[in-house]
Amino acid sequence: MHDKVAAPSNGNLIPGATGDWEVVIGMEVHAQVNSRAKLFSGAATAFGAEPNAHVSLVDAAMPGMLPVINEECVAQAVRTGLGLKAQINLKSIFDRKNYFYPDLPQGYQISQYKQPIVGEGEIEIEVDGTAKTVGIERLHLEQDAGKSIHDQHPEYSYVDLNRSGVALMEIVSKPDLRSAKEAQAYVTKLRTILRYLGTCDGDMEKGNLRADVNVSVRKPGAPLGTRCEIKNVNSIRFIGQAVDVEARRQIDIIEDGGKIDQETRLFDPGKGETRSMRSKEEAHDYRYFPDPDLLPLEFTEDYVAHLRHDLPELPDEKKARFMAEYGLASYDASVLVAERERADYFQAVAKGRDGKTAANWVINELLGRLNKEGHDIADSPVSADQVGGIVDLIANGTISGKLAKDLFEIVWSEGGDPAEIVETRGMKQVTDTGAIETAVDAVIAANPDKVEQVKAKPSMIGWFVGQVMKASGGKANPQAVNEILKAKLGLE
Amino acid sequence: MTDLTKLTLVEARDGLAKKSFSARDLTSAHIAAIERANASINAFVLETPDRALAAADAADRNIAKGTARPLEGLPLGIKDLFCTEGVRTTACSRILDDFKPTYESTVTRNLWDAGAVMLGKLNNDEFAMGSSNETSAFGPVVNPWRRRGSDAKLVPGGSSGGSSAAVAAGLCLAATATDTGGSIRQPAALTGTVGIKPTYGRCSRWGIVAFASSLDQAGPITKTVEDAALMLSVMASHDPKDTTSVDQPVPDYAALMRQGVKGLRVGVPKEYRVDGMSKEIDTLWQTGIDWLKAAGATIKEITLPHTKYALPAYYIVAPAEASSNLARYDGVRYGLRVPGKDLIDTYENTRAAGFGKEVKRRVLIGTYVLSAGYYDAYYLKAQKVRTLIKRDFDRAWNDVDVVLTPTTPSPAFAFGEKSGDPLAMYLEDIFTVTVNMAGLPGISVPAGLSAEGTPLGLQLIGKPFDEGTLFRAAKAIEDAAGRFTPADAWWLT
Repeated sequence: MHDKVAAPSNGNLIPGATGDWEVVIGMEVHAQVNSRAKLFSGAATAFGAEPNAHVSLVDAAMPGMLPVINEECVAQAVRTGLGLKAQINLKSIFDRKNYFYPDLPQGYQISQYKQPIVGEGEIEIEVDGTAKTVGIERLHLEQDAGKSIHDQHPEYSYVDLNRSGVALMEIVSKPDLRSAKEAQAYVTKLRTILRYLGTCDGDMEKGNLRADVNVSVRKPGAPLGTRCEIKNVNSIRFIGQAVDVEARRQIDIIEDGGKIDQETRLFDPGKGETRSMRSKEEAHDYRYFPDPDLLPLEFTEDYVAHLRHDLPELPDEKKARFMAEYGLASYDASVLVAERERADYFQAVAKGRDGKTAANWVINELLGRLNKEGHDIADSPVSADQVGGIVDLIANGTISGKLAKDLFEIVWSEGGDPAEIVETRGMKQVTDTGAIETAVDAVIAANPDKVEQVKAKPSMIGWFVGQVMKASGGKANPQAVNEILKAKLGLE
Repeated sequence: MTDLTKLTLVEARDGLAKKSFSARDLTSAHIAAIERANASINAFVLETPDRALAAADAADRNIAKGTARPLEGLPLGIKDLFCTEGVRTTACSRILDDFKPTYESTVTRNLWDAGAVMLGKLNNDEFAMGSSNETSAFGPVVNPWRRRGSDAKLVPGGSSGGSSAAVAAGLCLAATATDTGGSIRQPAALTGTVGIKPTYGRCSRWGIVAFASSLDQAGPITKTVEDAALMLSVMASHDPKDTTSVDQPVPDYAALMRQGVKGLRVGVPKEYRVDGMSKEIDTLWQTGIDWLKAAGATIKEITLPHTKYALPAYYIVAPAEASSNLARYDGVRYGLRVPGKDLIDTYENTRAAGFGKEVKRRVLIGTYVLSAGYYDAYYLKAQKVRTLIKRDFDRAWNDVDVVLTPTTPSPAFAFGEKSGDPLAMYLEDIFTVTVNMAGLPGISVPAGLSAEGTPLGLQLIGKPFDEGTLFRAAKAIEDAAGRFTPADAWWLT
């Protein structure tokens, strides 16, 4: 473990019988590399195929088969390292991690042990408005194992090797996290970065992103406590729950006079508890050694520079730019950059329009509605052009904000060009002062008592505006109505 | 008609070209020889006569059309470590059982693409672990050579004992072999044949059952130096499927071979004069020096100071890699499975029944030296020794072009003579392992007979990818020493 750890953040302490405790968390995230082929074979990586449909001779570890590195996976790891502002190692080594299991055909996993492809980096996270930098220890490339299936036969297990040999990036954080919320924010942000980079789809349901969570507790300022590793937690929600229950378990043991055994544990979301999987004594001796079938992985500074040049704008930079360029508030900018598609959508709406109005419409109307219906922005029924069209109609006074919401509903459910809908359905605002004057005169004439009252209490003009708007079927320009009313009633 | 099994590979090629005989004649003669001899020699563990005759007929058609390829119609034996598509491949281990690969190794693919004919699969020490061919699951191979006046069975060397015996006995024109610590050169020396282990990376390892990946190399065992040049020129290739194979042009070895050794600088390393080396080996070595000098080479004593550490370091590196390479033989996907009450039990039963004693010994040694707490003291230190051995040679190449040493410390020994004593057996590799540790090319060429009338070999070691110079020097020795064949073809009677 590390001697240098970040200072405790305020408000994260957990109360115990003997005083406050601090939880210390480090994460090992396994992210499946986005690539068509596996790390060391040409077999496909597509999810959901029939068992053993994507298995090459190499994946099945047939005699005499040799691994050949997939260069696309290397590029993806370097891109990820760059996205984590990390040191890129121009030379790295693949090692064999030896153990026996039926879903590990070679009897060893090819991984990187002492010399990983990516070294130290960092991730900015934000929890409750407070920013924090979390250190990245390393990122290395390794092969995934296959899958053992135990529920198909009373006596035998089946093995599916489709996943065997698929490239994973193991991304290891420093023990810099101090609460369940920080752990969740870290994985969320890491996933956002990976998705921006296109190096991992971050789909936790398919197991394409999974986290091992290392948890220990200590009194604030005390040396690090003994840690337990909670294996393979597969949702952001479960990560938060696992940290909380594990921290509480450890505090209770220590406060009862016990001590924590270093071990690997499993989180059971159903029971809301962690369970021992294997103790330190039962841990494998993996007999790591450099894989003699593979030469050291080496590339040039130029290669890295080339990948750096083609890197997309990342969420932190994008957020800063949105705030500077569109005058957005920090929170709104954060919401918009949380997904690359969302940010792209917003930018399409904001192009040539007022950024704040565009942000309001994307966040409040569009995202609100998508969220309610459980849609992704990628399959939004309303396009950025359509939202832009609605914003334009408000800006040039063709429709009111209230009508715009009705218009959004129509576009959402029926589609079509907003301007055309306004035209054909007579939704245009009436700005013709003659027509408005006639309506105003009618309302004044019909309500002499109210005319008396408004003179004493000018804020009652709202009632007159409402009457005129009602009479115009909502199409009168409210600002024009307001001005004409004021003049005719002799206010100001 | 002459006995076609007595021809060299090059003589047979030329005879086919001149239409002195057909490829079918040539293959049939070898099939007949195998039929008569294999019961006593046990060189072939699988014979493929039908396939061989079909290939020979195809070769005859190509020769008739004038489209003969470099090895058109020439019948070969293939060490059972090479995966051959649809043909049982076992590495002579019970654990592979009746395994039939669905793929062809790159080296054998190169041979078939050049028109060669496969007679069958050749015996070897189990997983190439051994120096006498006594660890094979198919039983030992008998050396065609006997001590003068004795019927005692001698070993043909190992691990490529099937290859060396088959070539020496005229059961195939040439054979493929592999060499991890001496498995081509030592059996060649013990049978009066020529064997070359090329530079690491010269031949693709794809489709060859792995023993120790950083040391394994394929090469041929042949009757003459020129045959070896012809075989290697076809076997060698850069292969994208083996990232340790090297993209280097394969020169015309036969042409290089004919250049002679005038002006060649030959190094003689003093560290190879080991304790207990027999007088006759020492004499043979001196004779080799004299031959090369007479042919115009200059001789220089050199020093390779880390030589004595090579063998112990080899017996750490090779078993370490083997322990991991052999983990895939677990009874789950192919080969032998001996069911047990649960998974661990099945693993244990399968591997206990499937692996022989020597393989188990090396898996245990390898597992031990890679274990936590021992890795630095053994494996890491052995890798450092390896770097020092390489550096010894790098320094030597400033002064010399090729190094001359004996191939083995002694001639062919009797069955059982060393198999009970692993250390005595491991010493068989004392002159050959340095070459693997440094990744260099080495060739063994027959140079004389022992007092008992059995063959002895000299080894030439070259710079990386300078096999051409090895063929030049080996040819000079061959020209001076002549060829060696057993006086009495007892296995055919």
